[in-house]
Amino acid sequence: MEALINSLYLISVVLLIVGLRRLSSPATARSGNLVAAGGMGIAILASLITPLEQGDNNYLIILIALVIGTLIGLVMSNRVAMTAMPELVSLFNGLGGACAVAISMIELYQYQSVFAGQEEGVVNLGKHATTQLAMLIGGIAFTGSLIAYGKLAGKIKDWRFSYTGFLNIGLLLIIIGFIAYRLFLPDASFVLPAIILLLALGYGVTFVMPIGGADMPVVISLLNAFTGVAAALAGIIYDNQLMLIGGILVGSSGTILTVLMCNAMNRSLLNVIIGGFGGSVASGRDEGERVVKEASSNDVAIMLRYSSTVVVVPGYGMAVAQAQKVCKELDNLLSVNGVNVYYAIHPVAGRMPGHMNVLLAEADVPYPKLLDLDDANELLKETDVTLVVGANDVVNPAALDDPSSPIYGMPILEILKSKNVIVLKRSMSAGYSGIENPLFFHEKTKMLFGDAKGSIQSLVDEVKQMG
Amino acid sequence: MNEILAFIQNSPMTLYMLVMAIYLGFELISKVPTVLHTPLMSGANAISGVVIIGAILLVRQSASDDYLSLGLGFLGIILGMINVVGGHAVTNRMLEMFKKK
Repeated sequence: MEALINSLYLISVVLLIVGLRRLSSPATARSGNLVAAGGMGIAILASLITPLEQGDNNYLIILIALVIGTLIGLVMSNRVAMTAMPELVSLFNGLGGACAVAISMIELYQYQSVFAGQEEGVVNLGKHATTQLAMLIGGIAFTGSLIAYGKLAGKIKDWRFSYTGFLNIGLLLIIIGFIAYRLFLPDASFVLPAIILLLALGYGVTFVMPIGGADMPVVISLLNAFTGVAAALAGIIYDNQLMLIGGILVGSSGTILTVLMCNAMNRSLLNVIIGGFGGSVASGRDEGERVVKEASSNDVAIMLRYSSTVVVVPGYGMAVAQAQKVCKELDNLLSVNGVNVYYAIHPVAGRMPGHMNVLLAEADVPYPKLLDLDDANELLKETDVTLVVGANDVVNPAALDDPSSPIYGMPILEILKSKNVIVLKRSMSAGYSGIENPLFFHEKTKMLFGDAKGSIQSLVDEVKQMG
Repeated sequence: MNEILAFIQNSPMTLYMLVMAIYLGFELISKVPTVLHTPLMSGANAISGVVIIGAILLVRQSASDDYLSLGLGFLGIILGMINVVGGHAVTNRMLEMFKKK
């Protein structure tokens, strides 16, 4: 029996690794997800039939919980709109964190009877520390993900004051202090673990709250890694290698993904963790006289129709307006007329890395038309018209030349290298990160105001009329 | 301190496993095209739901009248399962869009 269980766990570990590997290549990604899901199914099966020394199995309760969870998960994932995908991932991640909190609380509670002297034996210091850490990290991932979810869904506004960084460091130090105290001087009262839990949940909130919307992809990725680490710690508690390896895989891959994203924005991870950055800090530079040039859809349609190369820069605005399909229609029309249309995808465009790619894939835009940052910047030198659809911060030239700008140094799509820039925008408001964009006042730039979908639709109509 | 030394002494395999799993995670992600970042993050998120194994073991280990453990464990299994099933399902939905061509 033991051999069978171990083999099942081994198979599921291999399936998880193969699944992750296949997920990282476009051709095999879909099967990779299914392979990983299969691995997870086998692991759950193995955990159900593992022989245990104690306990009443309680299979009915487990079965009911599994069914409820499955149904809720399926319904939520099927109902969500493509635009809301990032916040759903964040929400799911938070639930995983909550699961880690639930089991580590129970474990800690069971140690109580030992500390109270009701039960023989001692609690292993390493196990106690691991359990407390699992609770802390799971708790941060739980509330942090919920806040990130709320922010992306537009339900929670940024909240900050000057000393958020110090507050967070202080809070973290207090939590670690309490954990250390608890570790070496445990007593029969459960008050301190409860306080630690509340502080950990609170830290999740204060940790994500001050971080500006533009940094949310980084935060979600980081919190995802946190949940992985919490799962791995829980794996140590239960001496379960599958949980350990699976959790660590997510922890390390999530961390490297976070770092890649930070690099793309020229920010250090520490900067993001401490918080209090990337929010609504206005650029200190005085712009002097600023003139915005407005274009009509007729002008823009003519420009596009007689260009040889057009680059579309999509951003979150495209997702909100659901403009990807009509954008593809415009692309088709222009292509028929001999215009080369490409899409320049900034690594952090949208609310998650790859968000724009998913969106454009939904509209059947072929891969070769999607350019990454370096290729796009190369092509932009020879581009006649750049069409910015709902992107803002990723094309903000202040990142290149204004040291006082909060995003100074972030690599951007250098669209001012192209001959003309058309910005589709609803109004003159600042981007998601709250930073003003001098691009809108540049002499090469013309603004086409309106909802992205409506604006592109009118461009399609105009181009059609030209025959 | 002694605890740490004892752990290093007694569990070399766990340590090797830790190091290799960390390295494997880094390697798997560092060659990923941007296109797949969102689905990959979502897939990894679903995998982090392995924590559900802990919740299942916890409920199985509990006595049938230990209502606190059963209650929190029940909740844990539901939450973990939403993470696992929802995560994989949503990843699948994202990737289906790539399939059509």
